[in-house]
Amino acid sequence: MSDIVLQFENVAASYNGAIAALHGISLTLRAGEFAALLGANGAGKTTLLKAASNLLPAERGRITAGQILFRGQDVTRATPDDHIRKGLVPVLEGRRLFKSLTIEENLITGAVAKGRSRAAVAADLEKVYAIFPRLKDRRTSVAGLTSGGEQQMAAIGRGLMADPQVFLLDEPSMGLAPLVVAEIFEALSALNRTTGLTLLVAEQNSAIALRHAHHATVIENGRSVLDGPAADLAQRADIQASYLGGPTPLHPVRS
Amino acid sequence: MDWFAFLFFIEVTIGGLLSGVMYALVAIGFVLIYKTSGVLNFAQGAMVLFAALTFVSLTEQGLPFLAALAITAAVMALLGLTIERAVLRPLANRSPMTLFMATLGLAYVIEGAAQLIWGTAVHRLDLGISNEPFILGGIFISTFDLIAALIAGVMVAALTAFFRFTRTGLAFRAVADDQFAALAVGLRLDRIWAAVWTAAGVVALVAGLLWGARLGVQFALSLVVLKALPVLVLGGFDSVLGAIVAGLLIGATEKLAEVYIGPVFGGGIEGWFAYAVALIVLLVRPTGLFGQKLVERY
Ligand SMILES: Nc1ncnc2c1ncn2[C@@H]1O[C@H](COP(=O)(O)OP(=O)(O)O)[C@@H](O)[C@H]1O
Ligand SMILES: [Mg+2]
Repeated sequence: MSDIVLQFENVAASYNGAIAALHGISLTLRAGEFAALLGANGAGKTTLLKAASNLLPAERGRITAGQILFRGQDVTRATPDDHIRKGLVPVLEGRRLFKSLTIEENLITGAVAKGRSRAAVAADLEKVYAIFPRLKDRRTSVAGLTSGGEQQMAAIGRGLMADPQVFLLDEPSMGLAPLVVAEIFEALSALNRTTGLTLLVAEQNSAIALRHAHHATVIENGRSVLDGPAADLAQRADIQASYLGGPTPLHPVRS
Repeated sequence: MDWFAFLFFIEVTIGGLLSGVMYALVAIGFVLIYKTSGVLNFAQGAMVLFAALTFVSLTEQGLPFLAALAITAAVMALLGLTIERAVLRPLANRSPMTLFMATLGLAYVIEGAAQLIWGTAVHRLDLGISNEPFILGGIFISTFDLIAALIAGVMVAALTAFFRFTRTGLAFRAVADDQFAALAVGLRLDRIWAAVWTAAGVVALVAGLLWGARLGVQFALSLVVLKALPVLVLGGFDSVLGAIVAGLLIGATEKLAEVYIGPVFGGGIEGWFAYAVALIVLLVRPTGLFGQKLVERY
């Protein structure tokens, strides 16, 4: 499968008409691919993902040059809910659950945009509970009172309720224990393998992302600086050091 | 305290609680809009006046009660929608102060329009509810106030059920929690705001009819916002339950204060007493009794 679903072409973006956050990022996402978007804090990962769902205007930001095409169409021409109906679904950084709603109510909000029947929603809830059994035990808990891992699972579940074809996840590992992070990435990998769900996952945790992704793009200060198969990038310890704010290796590897 | 003094105390308390329901009614209109869009809609009082004036003018033209009610409800829903579309949507993402000023200006525009269309005369509004008090175990209770409280109660129950059991209600609560996340999840903020403004218009209608029947339909009706503000401060601007409890609390303490400590001040403390209470609460608990109870664990 090599058909392109999401294409970023030299994307530049700024906030408040002045603060430039992206200076030219190119990235191609193909159907069925699990891609990682890597970069240190402030590199522009969140801005890029928000731009893809046309969420920048709500943050007083906009694309200033280049373009993002979803199935060949400029993403700024459609509203965020249009994108969701067409299968492009974001999961925001920091989970952003509706804290006073229960876990199950949070999941249901994900299905509202598609306007699905109650029976279809009930069936989809069971699918999400099958992927994250912990959510079923917590279904009636108020979201704000659940653990970080449960909140991240619910945020992903909320996205799955919209029946995504392309799933954009922003730092799902943020602030979570390694075991929980592993569980979440296993679930994402399984979805990618079994349903062909296309994934673009922004991460600072490059180790876990490169372990599961097929392809990775590294960005720095709003520019793409490296691009290639995840396995190749995983071999290069200098990436962690130079682009991701990791520890400098004692003997820099030159490949 | 002898028996009669006790009965009198109960009577005053009940009278106070019933007028408190009326305060809550106005306050709920504010809460609906504040919760979803963070706007303190100062025009809520003008909307109350506008609703009452529209209704009276229609009945004075000879329209039957139900027809006038239906038309006024439609007009109020339309007014709410228009405000959302023409004033607030263009100002989305602006500072709360800008939005507040916009609604302040709006209040004057609506009041001016109401006077222009219907004149400044005081109208009598008769809802056909008896003004005779009835006596229960030696206590006089105002029939009107009781029925008004029942109507308000039914409306609150209907709103609560709507928010609890419908998808629009779920979307409303989601937007109230996190606007950006709601947008990212694909909820249509514009539709939700339209629904909320429509609901606020209908709440204004109910408040306008009940207050109008009590005080006469006149310009001063828009000043009921001044009764709602201390209720909002006490209950929190973002809690429907808070508005109800605070309304009852303020209604009762206000009446009790008027009767028992009013004479010390030479009477007339009903006008400012609620503000004094609200001020004290503000000093102790800036978010009110129920407001912004953040559900979070970290
Ligand atoms: N809402 C915003 N307003 C102004 N500047 C922002 C906003 N969000 C992010 N930025 C800036 O844009 C740049 C990229 O940030 P971001 O996309 O959040 O990076 P990352 O997700 O990789 O940490 C940073 O310099 C950040 O300060
Ligand atoms: Mg980020």
